[in-house]
Amino acid sequence: MQKYSLLSLVRHARHYHENWQRAWRDPVPKKAYDTVIVGGGGHGLATAYYLAKEHGIGDVAVIEKGWLGGGNTGRNTTIVRSNYLRDESSHLYEFSLKLWEGLSQELNFNVMFSPRGVLYLGHNLHDMREIERRVNANRLNGIDAEMLSTREVQKLVPLMNCSPDARYPVLGASLQRRGGIARHDAVAWGFARAADAQGVDILQRTEVTGIRTVDGGVTGVETSRGFIGARRVGCVTAGNSGVLAAMAGLRLPVESRPLQALVSEPLKPCLDVVVQSSGVHCYVSQADKGDLVIGAGTDSYNGYGQRGSFSVIEHTLQAVCELFPAFSRVRMNRHWGGIVDICPDACPIIGEMPVRGLYFNCGWGTGGFKATPGSGYVFADTLANERPHPLAAPFSIDRFSTGALVDEHGAAGVAH
Amino acid sequence: MFRIHCPHCSEARSEEEFSYAGEAHIPRPAAPSSMSDAEWGEYLHTRTNHRGQHREMWVHTAGCRRYFNVLRDTVSYEIVAVYLMGEMPPEREEAP
Ligand SMILES: Cc1cc2nc3c(=O)[nH]c(=O)nc-3n(C[C@H](O)[C@H](O)[C@H](O)COP(=O)(O)OP(=O)(O)OC[C@H]3O[C@@H](n4cnc5c(N)ncnc54)[C@H](O)[C@@H]3O)c2cc1C
Ligand SMILES: [Zn+2]
Repeated sequence: MQKYSLLSLVRHARHYHENWQRAWRDPVPKKAYDTVIVGGGGHGLATAYYLAKEHGIGDVAVIEKGWLGGGNTGRNTTIVRSNYLRDESSHLYEFSLKLWEGLSQELNFNVMFSPRGVLYLGHNLHDMREIERRVNANRLNGIDAEMLSTREVQKLVPLMNCSPDARYPVLGASLQRRGGIARHDAVAWGFARAADAQGVDILQRTEVTGIRTVDGGVTGVETSRGFIGARRVGCVTAGNSGVLAAMAGLRLPVESRPLQALVSEPLKPCLDVVVQSSGVHCYVSQADKGDLVIGAGTDSYNGYGQRGSFSVIEHTLQAVCELFPAFSRVRMNRHWGGIVDICPDACPIIGEMPVRGLYFNCGWGTGGFKATPGSGYVFADTLANERPHPLAAPFSIDRFSTGALVDEHGAAGVAH
Repeated sequence: MFRIHCPHCSEARSEEEFSYAGEAHIPRPAAPSSMSDAEWGEYLHTRTNHRGQHREMWVHTAGCRRYFNVLRDTVSYEIVAVYLMGEMPPEREEAP
């Protein structure tokens, strides 16, 4: 892998940037691999990268039916934070946030992680109690969190309508300064390039159509380019996890729903923190390009169509205009949906299935982008050692029969 | 955004008047006290999550407030059939 650096930039400039090495190969699939990862989103690519780097398992293929990051990785609003309520989830997301902090150096790829702070607004007494409880829980877990008053919020975000006669007055907020946003495509590309450099085969435009098992153990996957054998298969297919599970005769405690987002035309810098509010249901940040990135709510019904209902968008934009009256004249450029895989407790499922050698990492729902490096790390460790990584252990599928659910609806429900 | 024909009101109304009420035809356990934890987990949490024609319940929240079943395509969102609670579901067309 050619290293990206200032020096290489200067050197390539002398040749009009015509000789850059391609970032990853487009290999012909082998007949079999040690481990096959299904799904070339951030989580799948990160898993492959850490399998090769941390465990020396380079005989790995990542099989992606479309293009890298074309699923939720490239459709999300990129909020990264770790201020969850429960110990189990806080530890996992905080582990991931620590990886984000060094990710650009680790991958030699600028993922544009920008820890600009994440504000979570409270609009009534109940909100404020919830927020304060979460801030205290975070601090007990060693996660940075602080409470801000209305005046402090107003100072931080001058454009926000913090007046007491707003329809939903801002009574205060929590702030995680180490949280922020990142460039979603770059995360997929950075992991892909670094995994490829370690020998991982990335197979795009290759759809997995079946999972082959013999005597209760997995032997490989049927794909649109023929059968590919594997000793272990890790499915990291987000919204399509139910479809993959059905291929192995399994059902999951997961439902797939549309979640939508939209971006505006580029504006001059006007918002330098991420603002989230579950009271009015909106979250908004300004990307480095200048466009406002706005996230809407999840549709209430199951859907695989990568689009949702207009009423959800309408509701979100009402909330944005309520909070930021100046944004009412901003034009929206694009709008899309992704299919999020939601578990009953709003937490992921990580680990082996009732089929030997078949592992799933799914259920990240509306908030898994922030977990990308951490999820890949613990899933790779789980696959390599054939036992759950300690951080992943509370998220085994068994919790749905033992009852040990990790309820994160408060921290994950609206805020992604 | 779609319109749903409420079989009770006999009228097609905007989706916003209705609430989604989850997968249909999940039978309540006949003998709850003798069920294993795994069976309870399955009943409470595991879902079909079908990609294609999906049988589901809706309730006309802002109308007659009554429940009914819908067979809806989860990819195109087309409503294939609406039928009453207690009625047998129409045959599901499997995706090719
Ligand atoms: C609108 C929206 C906003 C969001 N906002 C945030 C946010 O602000 N912060 C946050 O942390 N999270 C957010 N999320 C959630 C986040 O995007 C996801 O949890 C995360 O990106 C999941 O990554 P992944 O790699 O598991 O899945 P994906 O990126 O979806 O990758 C799965 C891949 O599997 C492939 N695949 C599926 N079936 C097959 C098959 N049969 N064969 C081969 N390949 C297959 C798909 O093509 C896809 O590329 C948001 C999601 C959406 C939709
Ligand atoms: Zn009705």
